[in-house]
Amino acid sequence: MSTDALPSKSGGNAALAFAKKPLVVALILIVLLLAVGEWLSPGFASPGQVLRLLIVAALLGIVAAGQNLVILGGREGIDLSVGGIVSLAAILAGNVMNGADSGILPAILVCIVVGGLFGLINGVGVTLLRIPPLVMTLGMLGVLQGLLVVIRNGIPSGRAAPGLSDFVVKPFLLGLPGIIWLWLLIGLAMAFLLRRTVFGYRVYAIGSNEQAAFMAGVPVKTIRVALFMLSGVFAAIAGMCLLGYSGSSFANVGEQYMLPSIIAVVLGGTPLSGGKGGYTGTMAGAVLLVLLQSILTTVHIDEAGRQMVFGATLVALMLFYGRAKAMRG
Amino acid sequence: MSNAATQTNTGGLGRLIRRYPFLPALIILVLLLALNGIFEPRSLSFRSMTGLISTYLALMMLSVAQTYVVFSGDIDLSAGSIVSLVNVSVIVLMQKWGGDGFSVIAACLVGALIGLACGLINGIVVAGLRLQAIVATFATSIFFTGLALTVLPVAGTPAPEAYWTTYGGRFLGIPFVFYAVAAVAILLAILMRMRLTTQMLAVGDDQQAAFQSGLPVTAIRIKGYVFCGLFAALAALCITGDTASGDPLVGGKMTLYSVAAVVLGGSALAGGFGTVTGSLIGALIIGLINALVFFVGTPSEWQNFVQGLAILLALMTGILVSRGARA
Repeated sequence: MSTDALPSKSGGNAALAFAKKPLVVALILIVLLLAVGEWLSPGFASPGQVLRLLIVAALLGIVAAGQNLVILGGREGIDLSVGGIVSLAAILAGNVMNGADSGILPAILVCIVVGGLFGLINGVGVTLLRIPPLVMTLGMLGVLQGLLVVIRNGIPSGRAAPGLSDFVVKPFLLGLPGIIWLWLLIGLAMAFLLRRTVFGYRVYAIGSNEQAAFMAGVPVKTIRVALFMLSGVFAAIAGMCLLGYSGSSFANVGEQYMLPSIIAVVLGGTPLSGGKGGYTGTMAGAVLLVLLQSILTTVHIDEAGRQMVFGATLVALMLFYGRAKAMRG
Repeated sequence: MSNAATQTNTGGLGRLIRRYPFLPALIILVLLLALNGIFEPRSLSFRSMTGLISTYLALMMLSVAQTYVVFSGDIDLSAGSIVSLVNVSVIVLMQKWGGDGFSVIAACLVGALIGLACGLINGIVVAGLRLQAIVATFATSIFFTGLALTVLPVAGTPAPEAYWTTYGGRFLGIPFVFYAVAAVAILLAILMRMRLTTQMLAVGDDQQAAFQSGLPVTAIRIKGYVFCGLFAALAALCITGDTASGDPLVGGKMTLYSVAAVVLGGSALAGGFGTVTGSLIGALIIGLINALVFFVGTPSEWQNFVQGLAILLALMTGILVSRGARA
């Protein structure tokens, strides 16, 4: 683990170091954006609106959980296939439950198995065959997209069960829908997994120095395969929730999560080189990203202008995070 | 020649692949051509080859574009959106300026300049501001797509007749696309001999070492992105000739294919090792896989799946073969 994960204790710089922590930056930006949104269109920061934002952020955040794990594991870890898995899970879940609450449990099982299976293939390709993760998961994305066409042709696409839709949209406990609780639970589980278990420490170990971790007896390959499997499972869960959110699935519904899940991780302070960072920041990153998109939809500019502002703002935001060090002789 | 090479010992093959990293790709290409010929003899005709090249010339150009950033260990996920932006800009300009021969040439020049500008923006953002290439170029791709949508909000404006009849036509009995291929081949041969290519590979191989030996690392990486932008613009000109219309989202799907083509061509995504020749072959491999899946009579709903699987297998085979030979 790297030292700059801890706040620096050196005198007056402590406050500055604290303010530079990615999580703090993201939280400050979130509050700022909420204020800007409220100023641009009153009612933007109302509880109902914030809740709607959080549901959308939860969908992205759950995908980003798996992405976060794969990236933490280092060796250019990245998972481009998550978009395909989200779409596939949404379709499969829809077909399995087809509008009936009794089908929810089988759908969950099918999604987890399928997500885990594709994650396993990714992981095996990356570890045993030593294919770079970007290439392996990019190829897998192509396979998944082809599979989507096959499934779509064979079977009419199913609908979400009312129970699943209620879980995603209707208040469940303390006024929050089930998906928010699920996301919080995932957040806690990730924090526990990464900070309190041997597995978590091993993830950081292989992410920061794979060779050293291997020498120290860490089962590098097993862990990396597990990370890719988890990524597949998280993407599949998100795909199911997405089905609950939209009612029925449509073509390539998951594609919108592929690169944004990576952006959420980066905005949350986990560099793509791996080995440091964590999921709490990623959650803030997901909220930040969704908030930004939402503000741009409230402002009255056309789609084209919105995209330009979004792209430019993303570049500006990234300037706050993990810039590479300048070259020095 | 490739057969003779495989019969020598691994050391010899290893040397050969180090010198010509695109050799495994070339073998896959020849195999695919043979398979295509077996399943559909007419696919090897001059006419079909011309069709294949005019369809995939754009992807070939974009793969070359991607190669120049991959050389120095970077990546450009905005390459496809640059294609879209240049495509719609050229279409709109040609329409505004009347669509005669002169306006076509002027619009193409402006298109090339737009590509250069986009590349420069990417270079400054990634190398100058030291952001992570994958996420930063994804952000600029959103920006470029927004620009493209501003220029032409919906697909459909047709290209002037002079443009696509030239692209699909013949000069002295030889299809125009072959002249384009020859011109690019000469350009690439010159670029390959330039010091800049070696410098890019040096930066990709070991950035710190390149810096310490006095190379202007940032400037070299920016130049890589500028080259990428220029070739993406050329890809846009090709796609404009092929589709004969403007579409603000035409390039979106091409980005990841261009990355796949670079890898298929034997270049290392980590940088420091690769050739543009390989990427050209890689793009053709993707084209031939798509054609072959069609020719063997795959049911239409299975075609995308089989294509995806075949490309994944080709990617894996390419990486395993070149690593095995290099080890």
